[in-house]
Formats: sequence, C-alpha cells, structure tokens
Amino acid sequence: MSSLQVQITHRFDALTLDLAFEAGLGVTALFGPSGSGKTSTINAIAGLFTPDSGRVSLKGKTLFDVASGVNLAPQERRIGYVFQDGRLFPHLTVEGNIRFGMRFADPAPGPEEMRQVVEMLGLQSLLERRPGTLSGGEKQRVALARALLSKPHLLLMDEPLAALDEPRKEEIFPYLERLRDEAGMPIIYVSHSLAEVARLADDLVVMQDGKVVCAGSAEDVLSDPAALPFVGVREAGAILPAQVVEHGADGLCRLAISGGELLLPGVTAKLGAWLRIRVLAQDIILSNQLPAGLSSRNILPVKVEAIHKGGGPGVAIGLRAGKDRLLARITARAAAEMDLKPGKDCFAILKATAVPRGSIGVSRGF
Amino acid sequence: MTLHAEEWAALALSLKVSVWAVLLSLPLALAVAWLLARREFRGKALLSALVHLPLVLPPVVTGYLLLIVFGRNGAVGGFLADLGIVLAFRWTGAALAAAIMGFPLMVRAIRLAIEAVDPKLEQAAATLGAGRVAGFILVTLPLIAPGILAGAVLGFAKAMGEFGATITFVANIPGQTQTLPSAIYAFLQVPGGEASALRLVGLSLVVALGAVLVSEWLARKVAERIGRG
Repeated sequence: MSSLQVQITHRFDALTLDLAFEAGLGVTALFGPSGSGKTSTINAIAGLFTPDSGRVSLKGKTLFDVASGVNLAPQERRIGYVFQDGRLFPHLTVEGNIRFGMRFADPAPGPEEMRQVVEMLGLQSLLERRPGTLSGGEKQRVALARALLSKPHLLLMDEPLAALDEPRKEEIFPYLERLRDEAGMPIIYVSHSLAEVARLADDLVVMQDGKVVCAGSAEDVLSDPAALPFVGVREAGAILPAQVVEHGADGLCRLAISGGELLLPGVTAKLGAWLRIRVLAQDIILSNQLPAGLSSRNILPVKVEAIHKGGGPGVAIGLRAGKDRLLARITARAAAEMDLKPGKDCFAILKATAVPRGSIGVSRGF
Repeated sequence: MTLHAEEWAALALSLKVSVWAVLLSLPLALAVAWLLARREFRGKALLSALVHLPLVLPPVVTGYLLLIVFGRNGAVGGFLADLGIVLAFRWTGAALAAAIMGFPLMVRAIRLAIEAVDPKLEQAAATLGAGRVAGFILVTLPLIAPGILAGAVLGFAKAMGEFGATITFVANIPGQTQTLPSAIYAFLQVPGGEASALRLVGLSLVVALGAVLVSEWLARKVAERIGRG
C-alpha cells in the first residue's frame, strides 16, 4: 500500500535531516514547525535537492539511492509539485500554464481530461488570464491544475495555503478535499497548520528538528496523548467522524458519532453527509459523574485509555468514546483528584462553540 | 538630401557589417551570458574579464591583435585562408571587429536579463517534465527576450559606430571596408569633403535614433506579450 518510501540523511549548517517514512494513497501530511526540514524533505523527493545519503522509491521504482548511485533528474521522476509561491510562468496565460506539463506527460492527457481538471478546480473563466492578474487562491488552483495535468505518480504540496488569508483558504479547501478523494495517487502535504492537517490528512508524519517524532493515521496521532507535546498544547485535538442527522430550526446541527451525539452550530453540510470534527484537547472538561444543570449540550460517556504526563502542570488524557478516540488536556492536579487512570469511566463535556468552523471538514466516510 | 555613390556604399556596407556582426555573435553571447549568470566553474572570472576586455582596451590595440591572429599570416587567419575565408582587409573582417567590440555589451544585457529570471521557475518546469533544454527554451528564453533584444540593439549600434579596431584590422578601402565612420573620417581628411562628411553624420544620427526607437518599441511589445507590461 505504501507506494512512496523515503529515507534520507543530510547535514545542513543548522539542522541535521535524518528521517524515514512511507506514504500510500490519500493525503499524508508532513507536519512540524518552521525550520524542521519539511520543505527540504519534499525537495529531496522531487529531486530538487540531493541529500548526503538515503533512498527514495516510488511505486517500486528507485528515484534516488546513494548506495547504487541512482539520482534521477526532477523531470524523470514524474512527481507533481505545488509550490508555496505558485511559481506560475508569467509569460504564459493560465491555459498555457496548465498545458505546460501536458506535452511531457506519458500518456499525454487529452482535451477531455483537461476539461475535467479545469472544471474540478473552477478555472473555466480564468483560462485567458495572465498569472499577474490572479488572486493568491486562483494562482494556487492554477498551479494545482498544472501539476495534475503533468500526470504525476505523486503530488507534493508545500504549504499551498500559507500565503492565503482565511477566506481564500476556505475557498480552496473544497477543491483540496475533492482532490484527496479523486486523485488516486499519494499526496504529500506540507504544513505547519494543524487546522489544515486535521481537515485534510489521512496520515500524519510529525517532524521536529529534522526527525520524524511520530507517524501514523491522522486519527491515531491526533488522539495519542504521547504526541501532544509535538503537536502543540494549544493546537492538539482529536478528529471524530460524524454524520449529519438533523438541522435544527435554531441553527444547531445534530451529528451522530459512534459514542453519542453532538450539537454544533454553523454546519451547512447536507443530511447524511460525513464530516470530520476536530475537538481541541483544551476544550474538553472531564467529570466523574454525569453532570446535571450544565449549559453544555455535548456530554459524552468516555473511558480513559492512556495518561501522558508532560513537563508542565498539564497531563494529556487519551479517551475512548464509542469507536472513536478523544484527547483531553487537564491539569495534573485535577487528574489526581479525580483519580483518573486507564480503564476508568467518566464523562467528557465539550462546548459546542469551541469547535472552529475551519475544523469541520467534509469526509469521504470512515 | 541626395547621397553620392561612395556615401551610399559606406551606408550599405555599415548596415551589412553590423547585421552580420550581431547575427553571428548573438548565439555565442547568449551562451556566455548563461554561463556567467547560471554556472559556477573554474576560470569564470577569467572568462568574464576576457569578454569585457574590448570595452577597456584601446580599439586600436584590439584591431592590431585581430590583425596578428586573423591576418593571412596569423595563427587562425592562415588556417581560415586555407578554407577560403579571408578576413583581413575584407568586409568580413570588419564584421568580426564589430562583433568583438559589441560582444561585451550584448553579454552584459543578456546576463542581467537571465539573472532577473527566478531559477525557481526553471525548477518548476523540471517538476513538470521539462528537461534542461526544454525548460530553457520554453521558460527562460521567452522571459529574457527583452534582454536579448536590448543586447542585439546595443551590439548593432556599437557595430554601426565602430571605428578604431575596424580601420586597424581592415583599413579604409572604399566599397570594401569603408564603413560609415571610416568614410566620415576619410572625407574629413580631404579638402572639400566637409559636405559629404556632414551628410554622413546626419545619416548616422538618423540610423542611431531609428535603432533606439525601434528597440524601445520592440521591448514594449515583448513586455506586453510576456505579461510584464
């Protein structure tokens, strides 16, 4: 299943890259703070940068291997790359840009395939325009279409949303979600924004100081108490698959999750649609008894699975709710007074408004 | 204003010499400019110095060196003479002298244009499947077209005005090697030649002004086409 295999080491002046990971179909997010070596890693995969040693193979084909002296040029690797800054060709129209890679692709995509990509990314009205006249979001959609029509076996995306403001990000997310579900190839998505990662990623590779500190499915990593320090205390939070059950007249939406129900505002998805709900660890309150008389509507029975003590006053608590997992962060003092330990049953209270709008993603179902 | 046959001949020769000088040196200037802009290699500083040498050498020195190397008895000239190509005291020699004198200006203009193109665009072309040559032709070349044009116009203007190296290398033979500046110089040397000289001076002005205007117009067109206008 893992069609991309990466193992590289390289010494920079200020950073030593030493990592290995694998990626299969769907979106694998490379997540980590700035300067952790994410971009160098995908540049090495694309062949834009040659590491000291290591090996990169895609679909069983060796692209780079120091031991056997293989180092294919970027144009021989068939890897699409969406750069953070777009890098559209300024002397070509949008159509000229997206056709650029078609002449080198094998098999070359036909007019029908181009029409589909143009339509999927909503570029019909932009074809005659020059890159200089496009907005940031439009540029990234063109860059994406250009990469897709070069018929790559792997798509690399380097913080494609980092240069965009929130409304522009919202504008581009649906395209990325659709791409994830329809591309049929591995996508490596570099980001330092956990909100983007939680929304898009199937798998997650967390990097720090040039090394992989944890990796696995997005659900596993984001609900793993031991991963919380790497993910970030404020940003950490599990993602839950949820299905839209009812749109209330008061604007609240009833969502079914495996361990109960949630009531959330601001959900516009159709009845029956599957969503990914992100619940921040710091927005969960735990209680030993079923609380009564609370204003919160979202109370779930949960079982403590794991407790991870960090360096500070907080502990990360891994919880199971039905088939899903949640991650809560509470103080070590509260955990001791509540006598929390693995196997203990308790209740998780989450404020409905605490779920940011950007954290509700469309999912293909679980 | 009517021109005498000798004056016409000088103008026609100058145009022929300049066009050939630019056409033949442009590909080499492009290659050297690319090397200087994009590659690191041993002897890069030396290559750069050699290219710029004609700018700082007295033209008469350049002309004399050409005579030594490309004259009938010179190392290269003798070899070329065996192939039937004679440069010394021929219009072809004038074209060579003009090309060499204009070369640094062309390289400089093109090099600046190449350096202004973000190498990341060439990387993007590579990830889309374009090899080095295809990437250069499809991305770099269109983007530096205004610089190439500017270099060609500068080289042409320099060739039209070249005097010192030309007269040293190929002398001043009417109808054969007498270019516009050589003709002006010759007319000024004979009594009663001022009228002819003045007409050629006017002609030089018209040609020079025309070249600059045309190049600016072309540059604007190209800038519009590549979306930078």
